[in-house]
Amino acid sequence: MHSSTLLIIVLGLMSLAYYVGRKRAIVSAGGAGRISTLHSLPTYYGLYAALWAGIPAILLMALWTAFQDEILVTLVKAELPGSMLEGLSPGAVGLLVNDIKNLASGAIVSRVATPEMQAAADRFALFSQIAVWAMWLGVLAFALGGMAFAWARTKPQMRARNRVESIFMVILVVFSSIAILTTLGIVLSVLFESLRFFQEISPLDFFFGTLWSPQTALRADQVGATGAFGAVPLFTGTLMVSAIAMLVAVPIGLMSAIYLSEYAPRRVRSWAKPTLEVLAGVPTVVYGFFAALTVAPFIRELGMSMGLDVASESALAAGLVMGVMIIPFVSSLSEDVINAVPQAMRDGSYALGATQSETIRRVIIPAALPGIVGGVLLAVSRAIGETMIVVMAAGLAANLTANPLDSVTTVTVQIVTLLTGDQEFDSAKTMAAFALGLTLFVVTLALNVIALQIVRKYREQYE
Amino acid sequence: MSTTVDEMARRTGAMSSAELAGGRESRATVGDVTCANPRMVCRDVDVFYGSTQAIKGVSLDIGKNEVVSMIGPSGCGKSTFLRCLNRMNDTIDGCRVTGSIKLDGQDIYDKGLDPVPLRAQVGMVFQKPNPFPKSIYENVAYGPRIHGLTNSKAELDEVIEGSLQKAGLWNEVKDRLDKPGTGLSGGQQQRLCIARTIAVSPEVILMDEPCSALDPIATAIIEELIDELRANYSIAIVTHSMQQAARVSQRTAYFHLGDLIEVGETNQVFTNPKHRLTEDYITGRFG
Repeated sequence: MHSSTLLIIVLGLMSLAYYVGRKRAIVSAGGAGRISTLHSLPTYYGLYAALWAGIPAILLMALWTAFQDEILVTLVKAELPGSMLEGLSPGAVGLLVNDIKNLASGAIVSRVATPEMQAAADRFALFSQIAVWAMWLGVLAFALGGMAFAWARTKPQMRARNRVESIFMVILVVFSSIAILTTLGIVLSVLFESLRFFQEISPLDFFFGTLWSPQTALRADQVGATGAFGAVPLFTGTLMVSAIAMLVAVPIGLMSAIYLSEYAPRRVRSWAKPTLEVLAGVPTVVYGFFAALTVAPFIRELGMSMGLDVASESALAAGLVMGVMIIPFVSSLSEDVINAVPQAMRDGSYALGATQSETIRRVIIPAALPGIVGGVLLAVSRAIGETMIVVMAAGLAANLTANPLDSVTTVTVQIVTLLTGDQEFDSAKTMAAFALGLTLFVVTLALNVIALQIVRKYREQYE
Repeated sequence: MSTTVDEMARRTGAMSSAELAGGRESRATVGDVTCANPRMVCRDVDVFYGSTQAIKGVSLDIGKNEVVSMIGPSGCGKSTFLRCLNRMNDTIDGCRVTGSIKLDGQDIYDKGLDPVPLRAQVGMVFQKPNPFPKSIYENVAYGPRIHGLTNSKAELDEVIEGSLQKAGLWNEVKDRLDKPGTGLSGGQQQRLCIARTIAVSPEVILMDEPCSALDPIATAIIEELIDELRANYSIAIVTHSMQQAARVSQRTAYFHLGDLIEVGETNQVFTNPKHRLTEDYITGRFG
């Protein structure tokens, strides 16, 4: 009596409804030869019947599954003797309910079962049984009812095609709103946690404080962990790593985009472009290894040979590797906008006696510049949000420094450290992660909006 | 470039098969391809796109201070031929040109010749106005700047004013030279492109259907302009409008499927065509 069986049965009924609806339409038209008297193709009548058989039944099933447990628990709790629930915290009530459920399903129970609990468990099992049967009956009734409804309405003049199409439109709307609502949910949850954080720590301290030491005391007698939440070192660290990354990615990406789109013969482009894009497919964890195990020691050796003091986890190493990661991003976005510059611009320039490089420097790049800037801004927001490389290569020390050879930490690294391991979810330390996340989100969102705006404006220019 | 025996044989072969397809008329050019005072001299020009031959043995002179119009149905090769005259076909992959094209006696397909300065001597105006996304001033200044034609800002200003005046655009744009060229109307944009071409002082101006994207009034202005420009430049214009060819040109060349069918004084070609294909085309029997 599993609900997946029910789902399969409903799907079976849907296909049955499809055939029945289709058949009915053909019959009502007066046979296969007179299909042209139908408003829509017979398939649409079939789909119409199938949708009527499926959608209400599946909706009912979804709602039932979502609320069944809560309703049953309420019913069982109402029958428990008042003395059992008296003086219990909500958590303890939850535990008790869990035990009753476990008892009902025959699983291990955390305490010795009292007769009251046994009775409640029996009731719970009985109610569950009834609920399952009721759901089966209800769902099947909905499916058959829907089918009958569609059957009754299938007449040659019914506009089955229009109806099916509007149902599909509703389905599309529902699915796209799921994506939007999820985003909204994430933003709101981060926002509320951040507000809780800002009730404890003033935003002024957070945004302008220069000391970051998020360890708070767990016990009253703990020393040396006062908690300081000045996020400026994180912001500067993030900026430095991102700036180094962009210094690597923008020139290399742009130059390779220019070569690939303007100079490369088709044969070279056909293998060079996919090879470059392989870089985008390398998991960031692998870049992290590369940064921590190869690049960082190399820079340290190099620095030491020149008499410089280089931290073993330097901003430079993380930034360089992050830059490499972003190259394909910059190059493929720039290549797109360079290719979007109409051939007429090139022809116009060549016809005036310009060489290829003059044409690129004076016509194509200026024309593509807004798009390139948009692409670079998207890459910046990618760099700011990048986590894995900096976790592995940039370090944890929140140094407020302008020296790229020093170890710095970034917003994302701190979020990871604050939230990994065993945490209490109501301390300022944990909630600081949400505030950092919100800041990150706002910054990258702003960058994305600006970048998309620029890119869109540029597109309009040639249409 | 000398024509080899092989090429001659191949060309005759191509011609005879074309003859089979198009009737019994000979595809040898009717009329006089030469002119008294030639600036560009083209002889036996073949153009291949990969293995397809787009132009078959075309010979044509473009004289000083004259407008030569090239007419013919779509795909007849008139634009391809025009683009040979300043080596714009070089930018197309797999395009090959044989035969000889001379500008003032110099073979422009000579191996030692750099096509870049050539294009400053033989300017080109395109079908769709294509001003750069820069200001009006910068659009015209582009050519003089890359060729280093002027020594001072004042001199550059002068060149720009002169070019815009010759293109008949100065009075309309003199107060907004710093506005983007793309903000002008279609006809103004095309005149801006002409001004841009004039600014590098070419000898020959090629025009590839310069009015096909414009309304009748803008077209009339450009046609008038072409007539004025004739005083200083040689002009070769490709057009789909026979009236336009009749209005602006002194000589007309009729192309058909890659062959140059007939060349002659514009008047004669339109009133008394010698070749049946020309007559069919200009009387509107096809094309």
